[in-house]
Amino acid sequence: MLNTKITIAGVSFKNPVMTASGTFGSGMEYAEFVDLNSLGAVVTKGVANVPWEGNPTPRVQETYGGMLNAIGLQNPGIDVFIERDIPFLRQYDTRIIVNVCGRSASDYVEVVEKLADQPVDMLEINVSCPNVKHGGIAFGQDPKCLFDITREIKAKARQPIIMKLSPNVTDITEMAKAAEAAGSDAISLINTITGMKIDVHKRTFALANKTGGLSGPAIKPVAVRMVYQAANAVKIPIIGMGGIANAEDAIEFMLAGATGVAVGAMNFVNPYTTAEIVKGIEEYMRQYAIGNLSDLIGTVV
Amino acid sequence: MEQKWKEAARVYRQQQIAPGIYDMWISTKLARQAKPGQFISVYTQDRSALLPRPISICDTDTANDRLRIVYRVAGKGTAEFSGYKTGHRVDILGTLGNGFPLAAAEGKRVFLMGGGIGIPPMLLLASKIRNAASVDVIVGYRDKELFLAEDLAKYAPVHVATEDGSVGTKGNVMDVIEAEGLTADVIFACGPMPMLRAIKQFAARSGIEAYISLEERMACGVGACLGCVVRTREVDHHSHVNNARICTDGPVYRAADVEI
Repeated sequence: MLNTKITIAGVSFKNPVMTASGTFGSGMEYAEFVDLNSLGAVVTKGVANVPWEGNPTPRVQETYGGMLNAIGLQNPGIDVFIERDIPFLRQYDTRIIVNVCGRSASDYVEVVEKLADQPVDMLEINVSCPNVKHGGIAFGQDPKCLFDITREIKAKARQPIIMKLSPNVTDITEMAKAAEAAGSDAISLINTITGMKIDVHKRTFALANKTGGLSGPAIKPVAVRMVYQAANAVKIPIIGMGGIANAEDAIEFMLAGATGVAVGAMNFVNPYTTAEIVKGIEEYMRQYAIGNLSDLIGTVV
Repeated sequence: MEQKWKEAARVYRQQQIAPGIYDMWISTKLARQAKPGQFISVYTQDRSALLPRPISICDTDTANDRLRIVYRVAGKGTAEFSGYKTGHRVDILGTLGNGFPLAAAEGKRVFLMGGGIGIPPMLLLASKIRNAASVDVIVGYRDKELFLAEDLAKYAPVHVATEDGSVGTKGNVMDVIEAEGLTADVIFACGPMPMLRAIKQFAARSGIEAYISLEERMACGVGACLGCVVRTREVDHHSHVNNARICTDGPVYRAADVEI
């Protein structure tokens, strides 16, 4: 009997496979391709206290083995989200993790308070979006700021919180420790790596925002390294992400210390990726006679 | 009910029909549900080029489950596709987008306007329009390489503009309308942004409807990533801001509804 269950901050998940925020909407679009019941959790696109228009286009560009995006956290605002997206996700037997974004501490708190009585399992706090000025990145690049915002949100949140960390820092362990010390129940990493592409034919920036977040298989080794470092620095559980394309990638993150794993850019390449990883993890467990998947977490030291 | 799926389909046949322009027939059941103005995402086998290429549906052969795309080689993805021979695997996702509103053509004098690589979707559209008062196809090319003009002529009179003046009116599709004194009640168009802007202005000036097919850099192609958006005049029903997703709410919009 294969046991793929994992637990994060007292919340149990049928398996560790989740969607990375911003790559899966609230699941509506991908429900045509993937049985959402088969996933450990759906992590929603970031939602703010009010609707955000996002950045001008072009917002996405392909790069070697990856992509750049500068969507700018376009979202319909928390009121529409509560009315439309949560009831949609409640139809499925999967955990709901709501990604929360804001421009100021009070923005985050407003969203967190509106979600207090909602049937969602966890909150992921996006303090690491590189594409929005004051889109939280300031909170995510300084350990003191991260500590303060984490503490403020934790004091108001009814559900366990996951601080989503930016890789655009000198020392990821300092950030992980700051989140833990401030009471975060878990951390997720990595968000995208700030990048740039220039169109040499037009001699202009390829993205309207000039810079964007790099994601996809090109960033996976950086993500695995940071998950490993963070796992060795803190005791709270980690959700790992960054270029996960198949079950072997997911297992790699778990061996590095991740309890949950999230699929991001690869949803765009193959809309069935998440479901295929769930199956692939079971095959890996059979191949190596692993009864409890959670036994693998952080075993490469 | 139309369903979307991704599959490893096969190339039925492919040929070059003009310099840099390729004509590929793909064996796929997606052909049965394809509507004029919709597109498919085509994926490379080259794992360094991950994102799908959105390519408009040019024609279908529903009796034989074949779908036709005509595209220009613009980068390494389309360069890879252009090398596919009969029987080669081609990964596709479809059918995507809303398509042109055929009902808007009923009883009307219709222009089908295509510029350059915006011409292909006009072929399936020309073959599906019913009960229009009249249909005129107005197409603009760079030079005398008039790809798809003969196919289009099976359905309606074709009026040609070329940038170099080698065939038809010298100039663009707007110059043809003026030179030939053509009139219409509704326009369906696909082409480069300057052409679509000119058509939007022309339609507003003339008090007629125009439906234009837009293009933008896409990632998911299914409405999840919010990469491909266009500014809308009204607050969009899904996004709740003045942005609509070209891949799902479009690519065809009433010209008056979008800020381009």
